[in-house]
Amino acid sequence: MDLPISWLKEYVDMDASTQDFIDKITLSGSKVESVTTMAKEITNVVTGKVLEIEKHPDADKLVVTKVDIGSGEPLQIVTGAPNLYAGAIVPVALVGATVYHGSGIEKIKKGKLRGVESNGMMCSIEELGFTLHDYPEAPEYGIYIFKDEVPLGADVKKLLQMEDDVVEFEITSNRPDCFSIVGLAREAAATYRLPFKYPDIKVEEKAEGRTADLIDVEIQNPELCPRYIARAVKNVKIGPSPLWLRHRLTASGVRPINNIVDITNYVMLELGQPMHAFDIDTIDDAKIIVRNAKKGETITTLDGQVRNLDESMLVISDCNKAVAVAGVMGGENSMITEGARAILFESANFNGPNVRITAKKLGMRTDASAKYEKGLDPNLTLDAVNRAVQLVEMLGCGEVCEGMVDCYPNKREKWSVDYTTEGINALLGTSLSEKEMIDLLALVEVKADGKKADIPTFRPDLLTEADLAEEVARFYGYDNIETTLAAGTPTVGKKSYTQMIDDKIMNTMVSLGLSEAKCFSFESPKVFDKLNIPEDSELRNTVTISNPLGEDFSIMRTLTLNGMLNSISTNYNRRNDSAYLFETGKVYIPKTLPLTELPEEKNMLTIGMYGKIDFYGIKGITEELFEVLGMRDKVSYSPKSDIPFMHPGRLASIEAGDEGIGYVGELHPAVADKYGIGAKTYIAVINVDKLYELADFDRKYRSLPKYPAMTRDIALLVKEEVIVKDIEDIIKAKGGRLLEDIQLFDVFRGKQIPEGYKSVAYNISFRAEDRTLTDDEVNSPMKKIISELEAKLGAQLRG
Amino acid sequence: MKEKLTQIKERAAKRLAEAADLKTLEELRVEILGKKGELTQILKGMGALSKEERPVIGQLANEVRSEIESKLEEAKTSLASKAQELKLKAETIDVTMPGKVTELGHKHPMTQVIDEISNIFIGMGYEIVEGPEVETAYYNFEALNIPKDHPARDEQDTFYINGIGDFLLRTQTSPMQVRTMETRKPPIRIIAPGRVYRSDEVDATHSPVFHQLEGLVIDKGITMGDLKGALAEFAKGLFGENTKVRFRPHHFPFTEPSAEMDASCFACGGKGCRVCKDSGWIEVLGCGMVHPKVLEMSGIDPKVYSGFAFGLGLERIAMQKYAISDLRLLFENDTKFLKQF
Repeated sequence: MDLPISWLKEYVDMDASTQDFIDKITLSGSKVESVTTMAKEITNVVTGKVLEIEKHPDADKLVVTKVDIGSGEPLQIVTGAPNLYAGAIVPVALVGATVYHGSGIEKIKKGKLRGVESNGMMCSIEELGFTLHDYPEAPEYGIYIFKDEVPLGADVKKLLQMEDDVVEFEITSNRPDCFSIVGLAREAAATYRLPFKYPDIKVEEKAEGRTADLIDVEIQNPELCPRYIARAVKNVKIGPSPLWLRHRLTASGVRPINNIVDITNYVMLELGQPMHAFDIDTIDDAKIIVRNAKKGETITTLDGQVRNLDESMLVISDCNKAVAVAGVMGGENSMITEGARAILFESANFNGPNVRITAKKLGMRTDASAKYEKGLDPNLTLDAVNRAVQLVEMLGCGEVCEGMVDCYPNKREKWSVDYTTEGINALLGTSLSEKEMIDLLALVEVKADGKKADIPTFRPDLLTEADLAEEVARFYGYDNIETTLAAGTPTVGKKSYTQMIDDKIMNTMVSLGLSEAKCFSFESPKVFDKLNIPEDSELRNTVTISNPLGEDFSIMRTLTLNGMLNSISTNYNRRNDSAYLFETGKVYIPKTLPLTELPEEKNMLTIGMYGKIDFYGIKGITEELFEVLGMRDKVSYSPKSDIPFMHPGRLASIEAGDEGIGYVGELHPAVADKYGIGAKTYIAVINVDKLYELADFDRKYRSLPKYPAMTRDIALLVKEEVIVKDIEDIIKAKGGRLLEDIQLFDVFRGKQIPEGYKSVAYNISFRAEDRTLTDDEVNSPMKKIISELEAKLGAQLRG
Repeated sequence: MKEKLTQIKERAAKRLAEAADLKTLEELRVEILGKKGELTQILKGMGALSKEERPVIGQLANEVRSEIESKLEEAKTSLASKAQELKLKAETIDVTMPGKVTELGHKHPMTQVIDEISNIFIGMGYEIVEGPEVETAYYNFEALNIPKDHPARDEQDTFYINGIGDFLLRTQTSPMQVRTMETRKPPIRIIAPGRVYRSDEVDATHSPVFHQLEGLVIDKGITMGDLKGALAEFAKGLFGENTKVRFRPHHFPFTEPSAEMDASCFACGGKGCRVCKDSGWIEVLGCGMVHPKVLEMSGIDPKVYSGFAFGLGLERIAMQKYAISDLRLLFENDTKFLKQF
């Protein structure tokens, strides 16, 4: 909503600077978006009279003029303008002046045109930053010429009323009344504690005949049209509006068209009530019917577009045809043309949400629909229609018929809100007296008595004591409310157990050199094919967005891999030597499809790495994480080959007991190719919800060993396919209670090792808490271990 | 005899002084003091001396011996320290070469902002709660006093599941106000950071996925003064002790009175700069006293309890704080970007 300050001052005697106004009105609740000073760039342009015009000696299209600017010697100015004559008073940009030129600003310099000195420039309306719409008296090509005798040397900006500050406001949806100049003026008056001067609306009704004799109105759907007022004007004279009116429209960002259209726009800006004007002769049978559109009905709107209507939309029609889409745009068939006998002003109230949906369906959000969609006060229509015809009389562009047709089936009555002074003080933390509160409410035309407040109908947002509290606070000043620190019942601030685990996961990843990634939660359904997920996989059952931004963002992810691989790919393709990333994020698993309850949102840790890393490197990261979470002993890794996007020979499932809690491995090279990743990529995915269950921070001190450990090294010759987990399981099972630790220290293939075999070497240590062990005590479990290894795995002890 | 001893002594002194390494010293020791050494030979030959001469020569020989031994020891020490000096010198390295370390990773800037804000509120007695991102229309709208025909519920703004209806991606973290009030008894002091979704095309300042943080305080006798106090403390915690705040009236369906809070610009201190677009203020959050209807719908008696709520967009805070110019960087996960934080 644009507010020209000069217009505001018609209703409030405010002498504050624009800056002060912005600061104060912001704090009383009208949010300022920007301020524009109109014609700010135009400087040093004064009126001048052309005294003589001579041909340029060296150029056919140029003339040399002498221009009197009211003081000193007349200026010699060379110009190519075609419309000059001796005696014409024109805008003259002096040397050093700035004016518009092309799309930018130009500074006028002293110069020579084809050898003849020129000291300034005469200006067209465009060079002053305006258009023919703003100043219709200006010539289409050529210099602006003043119609009247004006003083010479005068500031043209002032003379043509070009200057103004325009403040742009963001109006919140609860304040449709502020979508108008008077609404903002009311706020300004309350803010400055100045009287608010509502426009004085009086109509003379000079025309013969009554509106009621010319038109009848029927509202078929009072739900969508609570009120419809029609008022007729005869002997219309279409022409340009006066400068002051045009200026106000231009300053408000509305293009002046002609007096009647300008009046409807003026009233819409001033009072916030959209208006429409019909040529009365185009209304068949002199009857306006407000009804829902018929199935398949069409209308050609003022912009020449054919619109397809549906039954949810409201139209203004006569007995035969629709003449306007209610609250959105008029029809071409009823538009006012030059020579109209009489016109009909419509000032109606339509249901906001319905107008909004209609405008959206038709793809034409207009100034009118933007106002209606906020939900306007039906009581505003009366002032608006009278204001419009008052302006018709003021501009002398028609004669107003007596009376109007006012169809108001769905009346908005005044209401009152109960409140107490104590209640409002308690909510705000203030200690205002009853009287102070009543006075503050009176600033916004709320009549309160300490118990009850009567609300004006243009404030539908005031329904509860809390709403009144806000009005009190706004004009008492939010800044004047004393700042306190809530005493109340103390609470302990802390992170929950699972949040603490989240922190530990995060800190572990970061200290192991991984950086945190964040990926979108939705992705393309094509992801499943890209990752070779089978057609019948449950992962393909997704929470699907009905109105996505495109297929690429249409399903909530059921696995986290795609986001991670895209991130890895980004890094790889930007030639980063390595990328070590992790993400903690959710997957969204529907319980039923279509949804009948909320899906399960599982927390997943995803690690993705390439660079100086191999399988054992990423596996070590997961092991270290489990160590930090106190669950290292609960977790085991076993070979796995059934994840379609992972390397089948380099993949381990991570298990706790019988339950899988994740996997770690190398990305399938074919999948890496699809993502444009040219490096070996390692992936781990762990279900964080399982970590919450398995983590264990119960730590008990065990006394430090007093007696030495007894260690044995063994090297085993085993077949290539024997995995170390099997060896270790046997050592642990047969090691007895004295077994303290086993360490794999070498795996060797090559010389002395037969093809298809490998040598695996362990350091096994035993210890007792209460004594130094003897050889015999260790030999016995070692024998058991070795014979079991031989029996179960065909291992041979080497050396 | 005497002469010979003196000669030995002098020669030894001279050669000791000349000795350049420990090996030469050892050779010298063996040559003089060893079993077959010169001095040893002399001592062995003492038997041939007269009774009177024997003690005199004996004493002298012992003196010479101990003198040579002590000189030998001195020379050894000095050579050893010289040798060490040389060794240390040879071991000199270029200390300006880079250190070796396993590089630490980096938390995402959004996480760092959430951590920082969370810590401030934890210090003020708040707990952190989390909730679903796929939400029901009830929690996202109805229970927050946002009526059925409100523009925010349009398909242009909200992502729906199964068509416009019951299920959607939450457009704000505010549903956590309701979920918290339904499951906890006052006093309540919580914050709820999390992902939210709106139908905005991706560009430098918009993302369909972004982060918000919601706050809620419910207790007996909570006032708007308390809201101002708590949020002013928060602003100081986040932007620095000298930060000033101002509250501007605003509108949210689920709070009344409502406000937006601005903080004095952390970049210029309020003088006006590029960060605050010359206004001296930066918009930080929306807040207000919880609407009595919302309290009631959530099962809290507005006659007994009151409270305030606030919500802030975290991307904007991160972008301002770290001077990040393009929102898209936050979801690209380029390590060159992540390593800067």
